[in-house]
Amino acid sequence: MESPKGTVKIDHVSKVYKNGTVGLDDINLDIKAGEFVVVVGLSGAGKSTLLRAINRLHDVTDGHILIDDEDITEAKGKQLRMIRRNIAMIFQNFNLVNRVSVARNVFNGRVGYYSSIKSALGLYSKEDKQRAENNLERVNMLDKYYTRADELSGGQQQRVAIARAMMQSPTVFLADEPIASLDPKTTKMVMDDLKRLNEELGMTVIVNLHSVPLAREYASRIIGLRGGKLVYDEPIQAVKESDFSEIYAEESDGKD
Amino acid sequence: MNATLPERDFAQKWHLKALFAIILVAIIIAGSVQKVGIETEFSWDQFFQIWKEMAHPDWSYFPVIVQPILETVQMALVGTLFGTLLAIPFSLMASTNIMKNKFVLSVVRFFLNIVRAVPDMLLAAVFVAIVGIGPMAGVGALTVFSFGMISKLFYEAVETIDEGPVEALTAAGANSVQTIIFAVIPQVTNQFLSYFLYTLEINVRASTVLGYLGAGGVGLYLDQTLSMFLYDRTAIVILGILAVVVVVDGISNHLREALA
Repeated sequence: MESPKGTVKIDHVSKVYKNGTVGLDDINLDIKAGEFVVVVGLSGAGKSTLLRAINRLHDVTDGHILIDDEDITEAKGKQLRMIRRNIAMIFQNFNLVNRVSVARNVFNGRVGYYSSIKSALGLYSKEDKQRAENNLERVNMLDKYYTRADELSGGQQQRVAIARAMMQSPTVFLADEPIASLDPKTTKMVMDDLKRLNEELGMTVIVNLHSVPLAREYASRIIGLRGGKLVYDEPIQAVKESDFSEIYAEESDGKD
Repeated sequence: MNATLPERDFAQKWHLKALFAIILVAIIIAGSVQKVGIETEFSWDQFFQIWKEMAHPDWSYFPVIVQPILETVQMALVGTLFGTLLAIPFSLMASTNIMKNKFVLSVVRFFLNIVRAVPDMLLAAVFVAIVGIGPMAGVGALTVFSFGMISKLFYEAVETIDEGPVEALTAAGANSVQTIIFAVIPQVTNQFLSYFLYTLEINVRASTVLGYLGAGGVGLYLDQTLSMFLYDRTAIVILGILAVVVVVDGISNHLREALA
């Protein structure tokens, strides 16, 4: 993981939904390994669509996205799953399986490395069991190992989700509004977790955020989207407060 | 207070639609009453005679029906279990959120609709014709009957799951089988078990009369005692069935509450 892996190249990517709505409009981005990128913009500006295009939870209509020089937009079947395995993701609603234990949720992040049968029988290697413990330890949730996921608070669930994502041994870490349903204190914990992954493990982190102060605090680079277009892209040293009024300007045709 | 209410048109004002619906239903019911001949003589004497004889159950008959009653419950258990196992793959194939291929989805749903359209007694008659008289026919009938019913209950449960975990597993590079095992099944297990028990309740009741058609179980004894006018024995059979149904319903309800 220390190797400079985790580049994301977005090349002339557009996404038009079936109803004609433009989700992304000719986006070009070159994200280097180890960057902490925060994507800001109004709701409906295309932040989620962009993130979901990177691991292809959404298909794009035009252009290419390369993860460490592998084209995920063209990949199929096993090849697609192999690329996805290197891209971890956490979500606004955590997306844990509520009825099962924290441990089983964490192992869910590793199933991409196992055959259907092996994973179904829970035949995880000793190494991966240790990995699960380490990842839970890292987010301070090891004592909840046997707890059911739905007994945890929102912040705890998000931290378990981070541990689950880490099980993928990813090179790129996506976070789609990870703190939108959390209180300020847990917000800081989750953002600090992401920061540590970035700094200690050299992981590329791409986060969608609504909060400008948080973006300025954590990002190494800020990207602004408006109406599906890339309207802003600066390293943190060059970011000025006044820049945000432009990104957050209401669009006249304000489409979703 | 110069505000005026919006105008209602004639049909709205007099609730014409509701009025027509009520008149139509009344006509259909009146017609049905006449066709069925519900006004024909009802023999109260006969009715009370049967009640009187049944009021003195022949308890010595009880040991005879224990075995058939157990067989009835066993038929219901085995039939429900087989039906459920068959229903799991089909219900997944009939869920819009799992099966993205519209063609396969509609074929599977059409097939399930047909299966569900066949009444249990007809299934029993068919199975008696195929495998012969005996509990095997009852098991077959209940398997198919449970399969049809459970498939629908199951796929409706699968369609209400939270899609979030499915998205998370997909993002982690899981294949579709793994997504189903780890993101779908854990969300529906309790509902599945609850529907299994509910179907078992229904099947225990249904299986008591399958014997009428020779499909095994206690129904045969119901038929025999009735046709020989041994109402004191019929009473025992009915009491036995009642006891079993109450016990099974009780256990099942208790478990289903625990599952909810």
